[in-house]
Amino acid sequence: MATLQLKHITKSFGETDVIKGVDLEVKDREFVVFVGPSGCGKSTLMRMIAGLESATSGDILIDGQRMNEVGPADRGLAMVFQSYALYPHMTVEDNMGFSMRLAGVPKEKRREKVLEAARILELEPLLDRKPKALSGGQRQRVAIGRAIVRNPSIFLFDEPLSNLDAALRVQMRIELARLHEELDATMIYVTHDQIEAMTMADKIVVLQGGEIEQVGSPMELYHHPRNRFVAGFIGSPKMNFLPVEVVEADAKGVSVTLPGGGVSKVAVDSQGQRAGDALELGIRPEHLVLDDDQGPLTGEIQVLERLGGQTSLYVQMDDLMVTIMADGDVTHRVHDQVRFGFAPGRAHLFDAEGLALPSLEQHPLAGLRRQDSRASDAVGQ
Amino acid sequence: MNKTRTSGRTIGGLRTLSLQAPAVSLLFLWMIVPLAMTVWFSLQRYNLLMPGMTGFAGLENYEYLFTDPALWSAMGTTLLMVGWVLVITVVGGTLLAVLFQQEFMGQGIARVLAISPFFVMPTVSALVWKNMMMHPANGVLSWVAELFGLPAVDWFSSLPLTSIVIIVAWQWLPFALLILLTAMQSLDEDQVEAARMDGAGPIAIFFFITLPHLKRAISVVIMIEMIFLLTIFAEIFVTTSGGPGLATTNLAYLIYIRALLDFDVGLASAGGVIAIILANIVAIFLVRMVAKNLES
Amino acid sequence: MTTARTKSLSGAAVPGVQRSPLTDALLNRRLWLTVLGWTVAVLIFFPIFWMVLTGFKTETEAIAEPSLIFSPTLESYAEVQQRAGYAKFALNSVVVAFGSTLLALLIAIPAAYSMAFLPTRRTKGTLLWMLSTKMLPPVGVLVPIYLLFRDTGLLDTRTGLIIVYTLMNLPIVVWMLYTFFKDMPKDILEAGRMDGASTLQEVLYLLLPLTLPGIASTGLLSVILSWNEAFWSLNLTSSNAAPLTAYIASFSSPEGLFWAKLSAASTMAIAPILVFGWLTQKQMVRGLTFGAVK
Repeated sequence: MATLQLKHITKSFGETDVIKGVDLEVKDREFVVFVGPSGCGKSTLMRMIAGLESATSGDILIDGQRMNEVGPADRGLAMVFQSYALYPHMTVEDNMGFSMRLAGVPKEKRREKVLEAARILELEPLLDRKPKALSGGQRQRVAIGRAIVRNPSIFLFDEPLSNLDAALRVQMRIELARLHEELDATMIYVTHDQIEAMTMADKIVVLQGGEIEQVGSPMELYHHPRNRFVAGFIGSPKMNFLPVEVVEADAKGVSVTLPGGGVSKVAVDSQGQRAGDALELGIRPEHLVLDDDQGPLTGEIQVLERLGGQTSLYVQMDDLMVTIMADGDVTHRVHDQVRFGFAPGRAHLFDAEGLALPSLEQHPLAGLRRQDSRASDAVGQ
Repeated sequence: MNKTRTSGRTIGGLRTLSLQAPAVSLLFLWMIVPLAMTVWFSLQRYNLLMPGMTGFAGLENYEYLFTDPALWSAMGTTLLMVGWVLVITVVGGTLLAVLFQQEFMGQGIARVLAISPFFVMPTVSALVWKNMMMHPANGVLSWVAELFGLPAVDWFSSLPLTSIVIIVAWQWLPFALLILLTAMQSLDEDQVEAARMDGAGPIAIFFFITLPHLKRAISVVIMIEMIFLLTIFAEIFVTTSGGPGLATTNLAYLIYIRALLDFDVGLASAGGVIAIILANIVAIFLVRMVAKNLES
Repeated sequence: MTTARTKSLSGAAVPGVQRSPLTDALLNRRLWLTVLGWTVAVLIFFPIFWMVLTGFKTETEAIAEPSLIFSPTLESYAEVQQRAGYAKFALNSVVVAFGSTLLALLIAIPAAYSMAFLPTRRTKGTLLWMLSTKMLPPVGVLVPIYLLFRDTGLLDTRTGLIIVYTLMNLPIVVWMLYTFFKDMPKDILEAGRMDGASTLQEVLYLLLPLTLPGIASTGLLSVILSWNEAFWSLNLTSSNAAPLTAYIASFSSPEGLFWAKLSAASTMAIAPILVFGWLTQKQMVRGLTFGAVK
């Protein structure tokens, strides 16, 4: 069993509050990703879990035990550093066996465990090399191997892929996902890349300014962002935001006036919003549909990017620039006028504080974990 | 069972103190105790040759010192020595740094040869120069002079101060060279190339790009040399013993004479205080410069 | 202008191709630089070279008209060894230089560790204060130190010199170690901590092995500074603990012909330090300028 609980964790460096009150629960064998812009505190949070920084207040519980005063090595964790932090003067084998050597484990047993981990990561031919003779991807695997050997209850990954080139990154993402399945361990992963978060996580924790913005499965965050920040952060290309005004609200949703005059319905609960209220409409580029007959929105194509399978259209609407992700075969050209619209269930409305009006219907995939093959696990968060 | 050791940061206070304690306390003692004693002695009538006469002298020693022509001569000599060595080493060092920064054959070895004098102990330098180089009859310099039909110079008789300056400058020029060369290596090649494309010749590049870049390093060299040149001792000790007369007696040597030859502890201590004050003036600037560097 | 051409022309003579005036000019520049550079280097190095040479002459040859032609002999070296026991002074130099360096390192390593890895608000101030103690002119405290040593029986002892040198070099040693420790990536130590290393284990297994080159050059600098120190060694020692600096100084009032012996003794005295200096040129700049020049 390897669970983690953070109870109202705060962290201040002198006068600055870096973490402003975080409550979180990580279940056994979950793959949780902390994501957010730089400076949001995700690395600090991870370091506090690891024991490399102390929490100013709050409780850190691992498997139900309070760990605030316990040293990093005794928390049953292992961490993979962003820079890998391999010991440059030791061979791969010694790097991976160092923790055991410190604990006084005899040489044969050490070698046994190292070989085991090396096998999982395909490091056997590299055991006698020193880190400087390894490529970036190999070094990363050694860093992971070092963590595996410790047989931790929770693995911590601090932006492990950010130092790799794009192609390697994709490959390693797949390997890490596979590793999670094979080791069946709890993993906490920090990244600034929301694509990594979306593809690898069971649960994503979005952080900003030292606070949690939302916790949920990738699909839940995608389809039901709780506020404007999460909506704009998750999903690439970024969500479009349009200023709108409420016309009327009923059980089927809220009607709003769009820029340019058109009216559209959005399938959200009105939450007391009344006619005349100013809101923000959020709609993802991939959910904007080109509709030259009836589209309520219109604009002029400024830039057209053909990617083959998809086409990005950058459309100028009066004083607003909107991105549309259309099919690869559309025949439009630059400076064409286009009309477009969206399905009521795909759009989002955000109030003056940036909070999202709740959707009327839950998206069918929103409760899905990345691996949906475990019938025994609870679904969602 | 489990050692509960949280991250080092949090225990900062106490642990830092105990780790630094030996170094800090020893240096503190080393500085405070002798310093206090020197100041104390400077206010005493204390002469080892006349043990009977002791007592608080107030500023008597200082009065005597400041009316002693020997002090002023020594200060002047110190000024001349330091000044000349500074000029020679800094100007020479800068020019040599530019030279050795260039690529030429065997440059590495030539550099090593050029910085060697700094590693030679001062007593060796002084004696080798006095005897084998500057000896008016059998020295190399007189042999070279003869070659050119010039009269041999009796360096230490007629130009004692110059001789000392030559010896000290010879030792410290490599220091300036080493420091300035290192500083030059951080000069951005792109800047130089941009200047070249703007039409700058080598002299213009030197004055408008190289020199400004070296400004900081040059001031560091000047300050460090000042601090150490203030107390040139061994070279004088081993060649002229301060003479002829007081021609080559600088402040440090004068204090030495008063302390260990005249055994006038009180007077020597007063001189010591003056030396300390002078050094401190320069030190303040140097420390400020180092502090600025610590920021980065 | 010429640099651009240096890059495009290899400068090597291509057979059959007529050399243009530009190529000539190019080769000329490098040639002139080589001549100038080497002339300067040789001139500067000359006294050392001459001294080494003279050590292999006999006394009569030594004071004869300067000449590069002579028959080398080890006569003077032998005389120096026999007379007045050169070995004793050399031993003193070695003991004092290495002893003070070792002691300084032992005291400095914990201090530098705490300054580099456990910094507090006062760390910077402490560091600067330490450096300032090095700027104290020795002559200013000659009197009290001399009297103190006299009264505690430390005059003319190796121990006394070791104490003085340790304290004299401590600021620079702490300073240099501090910069080397700071250069070490922090996350390697953190990885060690996660692997279960105690502070001592961190230092022994990770910090020291990885900063060994830095520690070595710091140690060498300390040895060089102690070996060449010529103020305290001249004033605080006489017959027992006098190191080589003092021994050489005794040649200032010699009897009879002494140039060859002086040269032989000097060559032996400076040789190791010259080598050390050549090896640690780059790192020395850190220590010599208190880090004000990088």
